[in-house]
Amino acid sequence: MKLPLSWLREYVEVDLAPAEFARHVTDAIAEVEGWEAIGEGWDAALMRVAEVLAVEPHPNADRLRLATVDAGEGPRTVVCGAPNVAPGQKVAFATEGALLIDGHTGKPAKLKLRAIRGVESAGMVLSEKELGLSDEHEGILTLPADAPVGAPLAEVVGDVVFDVSTWANRADLLGVLGFAREVAAVTGKPLREPDRARTHSATRAGEFVSVTIEAPDLCRRFTASVIEGIEVRPSPLWMRHRLLRAGMRPINNVVDVTNYVMLETGQPLHAFDYDLVRGGEIRPRRALPGERLTTLDGLERELDPEMLVICDGGGPVAVAGIMGGGDSEVSETTATVLLEVANFHPGSIRRTSTKLKLRSEASLRFEKGIGPGLAPYAQARALHLLERVAGGGRPAAGLVDVFPTPLLSPSIKLPAARIEQVLGIAIAPVAVHSIFGVLGFDVVEEEDVFTVTPPFWRPDVTIPDDLIEELIRVHGYERLPSTTLRGALPEARPRPLERVRERARALAAGLGYQEVVNYTLTSGEDLACLVAPDDEARARPIAVANPVASQHAILRTSLRGSLLATYAANRRHEDGAMRLFEIGVEYLPTEADLPHERPVLCAVLGGPRLDRWSRPGPEGLDFFDAKGAVEALLDDLGVTAQFAPLESHALLPGHTAAVSAGGEPAGVVAQVHPAAAASFAIEEPVFLFELWFEPLTRAIPARPDYAPPGRYPEARRDLALLVPAETPAAALLDLVRSHRSRGVRAFADVFDEYRGEGVPAGMKSLALAVRFRADDRTLGERDVARLERDLLRRFEQELGAVLRG
Amino acid sequence: MSTIEAEVDALRAEALEALAGADGEAEREAWRAQWLGRRDGRLTLRLRALRDASPAERAALGKSLNDLKARLEREFGERREAARAEAVAALSADAALDVTLPGRPQLRGGLHPVTQTLNDCIEVFAEMGFRVFEGPEVEWAAYNFDAVRIPADHPARDMWDTIWVDTLIEGERKMLLRTHTSPNQIRVMEQSEPPVRVIVPGKCYRQEATDATHEWMLTQIEGLAVDEGVRMSDLKGTLYAFARRLFGEQREIIFHHSYFPFVEPGVEMAIDCFICRADGSACRTCHGTGWIEILGAGMVHPEIIDNAGYDSTKHTGFAFGVGIERVAMLRWGIEDIRHFYQNDLRFLRQF
Repeated sequence: MKLPLSWLREYVEVDLAPAEFARHVTDAIAEVEGWEAIGEGWDAALMRVAEVLAVEPHPNADRLRLATVDAGEGPRTVVCGAPNVAPGQKVAFATEGALLIDGHTGKPAKLKLRAIRGVESAGMVLSEKELGLSDEHEGILTLPADAPVGAPLAEVVGDVVFDVSTWANRADLLGVLGFAREVAAVTGKPLREPDRARTHSATRAGEFVSVTIEAPDLCRRFTASVIEGIEVRPSPLWMRHRLLRAGMRPINNVVDVTNYVMLETGQPLHAFDYDLVRGGEIRPRRALPGERLTTLDGLERELDPEMLVICDGGGPVAVAGIMGGGDSEVSETTATVLLEVANFHPGSIRRTSTKLKLRSEASLRFEKGIGPGLAPYAQARALHLLERVAGGGRPAAGLVDVFPTPLLSPSIKLPAARIEQVLGIAIAPVAVHSIFGVLGFDVVEEEDVFTVTPPFWRPDVTIPDDLIEELIRVHGYERLPSTTLRGALPEARPRPLERVRERARALAAGLGYQEVVNYTLTSGEDLACLVAPDDEARARPIAVANPVASQHAILRTSLRGSLLATYAANRRHEDGAMRLFEIGVEYLPTEADLPHERPVLCAVLGGPRLDRWSRPGPEGLDFFDAKGAVEALLDDLGVTAQFAPLESHALLPGHTAAVSAGGEPAGVVAQVHPAAAASFAIEEPVFLFELWFEPLTRAIPARPDYAPPGRYPEARRDLALLVPAETPAAALLDLVRSHRSRGVRAFADVFDEYRGEGVPAGMKSLALAVRFRADDRTLGERDVARLERDLLRRFEQELGAVLRG
Repeated sequence: MSTIEAEVDALRAEALEALAGADGEAEREAWRAQWLGRRDGRLTLRLRALRDASPAERAALGKSLNDLKARLEREFGERREAARAEAVAALSADAALDVTLPGRPQLRGGLHPVTQTLNDCIEVFAEMGFRVFEGPEVEWAAYNFDAVRIPADHPARDMWDTIWVDTLIEGERKMLLRTHTSPNQIRVMEQSEPPVRVIVPGKCYRQEATDATHEWMLTQIEGLAVDEGVRMSDLKGTLYAFARRLFGEQREIIFHHSYFPFVEPGVEMAIDCFICRADGSACRTCHGTGWIEILGAGMVHPEIIDNAGYDSTKHTGFAFGVGIERVAMLRWGIEDIRHFYQNDLRFLRQF
């Protein structure tokens, strides 16, 4: 909301500099987001108030005139192009050197005077544009008649307009008066309420109009007044200036008064041309199904029975609390005005304006909840103003006031002890009385309980803790001490999955992988490249209804796409190997419940390995880099896993392994299928692995395997074996591990794989380092020879593997 | 001069001359074998031959030869030490490294700056006894809004522009991407009895356009403490500890009045600007106010406490929500929030 300081000062004295004022407001009232100081840079000597003494034609130009003005130093002649300059006006006058907004460039420039069509000009009479107030430059700016001649312009026109963000439950703060009440409370200055005095004719308003509320659940109060003898014309200057400064466009005096009072009190008002209100009757009722109304903005709206409409004798004339219809609009011919000030159900206004996609200044206020007591207040103020600005308008006596269930503000009991219980400090009773007093709350104290009645403009205050907030924000949050939480600690529940996940995260970084965090919403196309169409869990992702962009329309069921895209984007400036990982969740749909958010670690890697000088070398990362990282992660977690060949969508067959742990699928290691990689614009071999934390967590043994270091040395034999090409190395290793003989255990590692020259077709050569260990003795040559012989026999019989000659 | 002396002198002269001429480790070792070798070193053989000498001669000659042996061993040792010292000196001098050359590359990854900041925040609160809880990112509107006192027709819904899940349940949109971590206040209290002291980290989503300070995906930490005797002053103390650990021991914090439907009273917390130290300059971080808004907080609304089955006349609580990206931006002076999820390695490697 725009809050002009000059307007605020009508109700409360403000003697603080803008920055200090903003801090006070932000601390206790609402957030000041900034301010604009009007007249800040105006030179007091060069820019002053002047009076126009005479206007004569320019001898050499039809469209220019010569004005004689006095800015406190006697009459001077200026050349003026404005059509509206006239004797007796107070105007803004600048002399040579004043910093003005240049009419052509829109940028600040110093005024340089020169002769115009042969006549010297002593200065310049200014328009709003040259002052930077608006784009208005057709006519000059005219100042209030009481502006003192010769006074610095900044004193008369200068202002500070604060930009304030208020709260969703405080309609009263959307009025300058409501704001002034708060400022008065915070600064201790008295509040001056606006004048609401008015005269009235002999006729009662009720003789002009009858009001019948047909939907009392949606229309809580409806007041109507009538004012006759209206002359519709532009509002006085001061009112137009205030509206403009608060961000509203002046229309005519009647409409301007309704807007002015709304900006002042927070209560929206609506003016009808009384003569266009059919039958002299008003009926707020629910709209009929399919009923239509053309609103002031010229759009035809389709209504439904959830919406409240204001009807006259002939049908709907306004969408209640949101926008009037065009048919009963106040126009130049209007002579009698029917002024509606009502109170509507906030939720209903909100629902209707959302449905109609129509937000207005009125609906923004109604939806926040306005106290029904504000309606007669706003009526009185508006009638007071209309009498003064609408050409001799005279109100009918009284109001038509229909208020089916007059809910008085309920009183709230606040025990003094509750204040201390919530805040941690007591607030002295005298301070409690004083704070509530300045905020307009009634308070009665009895036996350490305050009975507090909020004023009609504060319907947001309903419970004791609401009152405590009022107390502490005015008392000052800076008086709240810092203390330490006391009492017992809650029990600590084990979080095994999160522990595994965080350990894996730290280890992945330690293994050389850079963590990335990608958007969790992706596009269907990206996902389709990577997920098998028959993958029930992943191929039917959840879409969002209103994505921020089309490439973020669905919740990802795989992290692969985001990582490959990140890989490709970074490849533009990275020439070495890249290892990226992300820990996130796969959003897997479930039947009519929240999705299963399956936690996963996904990594992609590829590119040339760096040489000693950190330059990309000839050798690229490969499948076994990926697998090595998986093995390191699993080993660190204490999980024993199996790797088996896998054929899977988007992964290269023959270069893909399923990882299983505890008998469950727990992950995958693979080269991304070149076709899938290409759809992410990756032309080089790229690898990935995925590990799912749920099965991994289940597979962690309760007690890790442990064996004391052997007391006797191991015996080692290196064996080169010819093995059928399709036999996996793991089969040989498993065979060795399963071998038992007289208390001797055997272990093996592969240390070479070779195919090619010297190896028969259909075979491969595997080199195994086999180790034998006994727990009770050092193995002798003969023991080892026997063990080796037994193993070789089993290799040949069970796997067709023979010692390489 | 006796013949013994002459013989020993001659041996000494010859041996020392040969040692002086022995260049390098190999020649020196050959010299030692030649003269002092246990089996057939010349001096060894000569000493062994003493067995055949007369007792008188054996005594005199034995002493001289043994002196000579000691002398040669000492000279050899000195030569060897000198040569080693020379070699080391040469290693330092002639083979000196350019120590400014880069080290051999090691594998080194890193954690995302949001993760690092999240972990640092969690650590501070964990030390104050807060447990960690996690809740779903795809959430029921009932939890995200209604249960935290933001019913469908409440204008406070405007505070959170929502991304809705496009699935109709009983003809209605009921699921959304959580707009804040606050629904977990409800989830935690449903599952536990007081005392509650918990933080809930996680991703949140907003339907809004991105710019240098707004991102539609963000990371939050929700904090919640509910028990008998939890006071707003405890909230201030807890947030003080957080602010000082994250932003420096000198930090001051202030509370501003604010409004969130699920707390009463509600505040914004700001820390004093450690960039400009409120020197009145046109500071980009605090906009010249001297204070940087960090988070929203307040006392848990009594209705929420009662709805959890606790007794709001007995149990009070505080809650707060911190945006982690904002904390990270302040810590490192990151100028644009969009860097976080663009994942440019040139950005990520700096943390």
